Amino acid sequence: MTTTSLTSSRGAGRTGDKVFSAATLAAGCLILAVLFGVALFLVVQAIPALTASPDKIQGGEGFFAYIWPIVVGTLIAAAIALVIATPVAIGVALFISHFAPRRLASGLGYLIDLLAAIPSVVYGAWGAAFLAKEISPAYNWLAGNMGWLPIFHGPASATGKTILTAGIVLSVMVLPIITSLSREIFLQTPKLHEEAALALGATRWEMNRMAVLPFARPGIVSAVMLGLGRALGETMAVALVLSSGALTASLIQSGNQTIAAEIALNFPEASGLQVSTLIAAGLVLFLITLGVNMIARWIITKHKEFSGAN
Amino acid sequence: MTSTLTPVQKRSALTKGQLPKWAPYLVLGTALILGAAILALIGFNAFGWGIVSAILFAAGLVGWSAIVEGSRRAKDKLATCLVVGSFLVALLPLISVIWTVLVNGLPGLMDPGFLNTSMNGVTGAFDNKSVEEGAPVVGGIYHALLGTVQITLLATVISVPVGLLTAVYLVEYGNDRTLARAITFFVDVMTGIPSIVAGLFAAAFFFAVVGPGTKTGAVAAVALSVLMIPVVVRSSEEMLKIVPNELREAAYALGVRKWRTILKVVIPTAISGIASGVTLAIARVIGETAPILVTAGFATSINTNVFSGWMASLPTFIYTQILNPTSPSNPDPSSQRAWGAALVLIILVMLLNLGARLIARLFAPKAGR
Repeated sequence: MTTTSLTSSRGAGRTGDKVFSAATLAAGCLILAVLFGVALFLVVQAIPALTASPDKIQGGEGFFAYIWPIVVGTLIAAAIALVIATPVAIGVALFISHFAPRRLASGLGYLIDLLAAIPSVVYGAWGAAFLAKEISPAYNWLAGNMGWLPIFHGPASATGKTILTAGIVLSVMVLPIITSLSREIFLQTPKLHEEAALALGATRWEMNRMAVLPFARPGIVSAVMLGLGRALGETMAVALVLSSGALTASLIQSGNQTIAAEIALNFPEASGLQVSTLIAAGLVLFLITLGVNMIARWIITKHKEFSGAN
Repeated sequence: MTSTLTPVQKRSALTKGQLPKWAPYLVLGTALILGAAILALIGFNAFGWGIVSAILFAAGLVGWSAIVEGSRRAKDKLATCLVVGSFLVALLPLISVIWTVLVNGLPGLMDPGFLNTSMNGVTGAFDNKSVEEGAPVVGGIYHALLGTVQITLLATVISVPVGLLTAVYLVEYGNDRTLARAITFFVDVMTGIPSIVAGLFAAAFFFAVVGPGTKTGAVAAVALSVLMIPVVVRSSEEMLKIVPNELREAAYALGVRKWRTILKVVIPTAISGIASGVTLAIARVIGETAPILVTAGFATSINTNVFSGWMASLPTFIYTQILNPTSPSNPDPSSQRAWGAALVLIILVMLLNLGARLIARLFAPKAGR
């Protein structure tokens, strides 16, 4: 077969070459076109909401009064998720790359990757049915003992369906992303640096602090940024867990809303101007995550020569 | 040389000022007993016992080490405790999620007809009856399963050629040109598009092209492709890159055209990795809820045509059954169905992940070195 196809390809070869390279080029350009199209179609469909008179938008005070509280809500939920997930994720990544017995390490890494495989709607169901119920006594305690802090202002939600619960669920979802990227980078620390530190009498922690962490810092930053992108855009966990409402400073009362959940909850029944309002909200979310991801990618490319995340 | 080696004394000098090997076990045992005692005073529960014991263990070991070994080694012990602790903390939600889904999902899955009936004609009256009179829970996920398979298949059919061809362009034709670098950058950016924005894009596109309110399985498939293409590109690119250049050069030396080299030599060598990457990409999009929610609507009956009519899928089925139970007064049968569907979905995703690993292992090219 090989001989015949080799000899018979002589005539058709040149056109084949051209067609094939054109096809690959077209596929590549299609991707650029799709990304451009995402932005374009969102803008086109969002224009009616941006130009409509303020009283026609949901809430009656115009688009920016509508979008502002849910942007803040999105940022709050993502911030909670990152505050919880970042230290744990770095710890887990260090454990797998430098602390766990070598033979177990890859198996343990696979266990953490399983966290990423669970669908988001299942996390949402878990958060709503299990976590919210289990955690509400803790909220009561926080409201009773730490209530002087605005973020723990009582009375705590009886169902536990608060932005803090949503943030905890989000932190579980971004944990595997930050972990797997940081782990890759920790593993790329030059062996000589590590051995030099150990040879100078450093303990294992001192070796990690002096050789591994400084080397990996830009990688960790970009991993956290990518986790942030995921946390900002995650829909289901928030839509199912949070009983949404107006913007409130307290994390343990029901209230607050995120852009993604707002779209998911309202889009299926929306019509007319509300569709374009929600698409405009999606455009805002797209721009925020685009900015975050581009900064993360820029950091990675800047440190490309020693980063494993690219 | 040999005269300076006096093993017994040197060893003891080296290990002097260190905790004995059995120290962690002793501290662990003490911490467990103390933790149980403390918890017994304020009401015992296993979760609290674990937390209290872990804190006692870390404090005990670090404190003892600080006294015997000095602050540097104590810090090392503390860091080790924190790192191991964070790993154990990360395992908690994994175990909890899988346990919750198993416990709540098995009764639903065990229902007769759960896998092969749809929700067509199942109304709140049936659910009320099953709660009040103990009749079996009716209705199932057949329509959702069918919808998920159709939407995911169509998304795969769209994404794999585009993704694979792009990867070929980047590796074989790109040569680090500006266009290739732009594509790489934007594929990375595309990986970060929120899934709901992908759904909105597909919806906005079809609203503008076909007509307002167009919601079909095909729209959902386009939305999923937006999420799937970057994953396919990245994994295929990685796999094509590790095909040794010697293979390409050998083919060129025999006078084989570039496109035939790619089709007959490069891609077959990398096919196991590409296939496993595609399987992982399918596993990623099969659980996506938000894009399907805004593009395919909800259906309660079987729809075998992706190009017309609303279509159900497993994730949206779970979502609607939890948020809008079939019978608002008795949500239990609905949540039982939702958990059953969640269990089926998790099993599907795990099988796909496992399948990806098997493919990568079974079809890996034989290394001749």
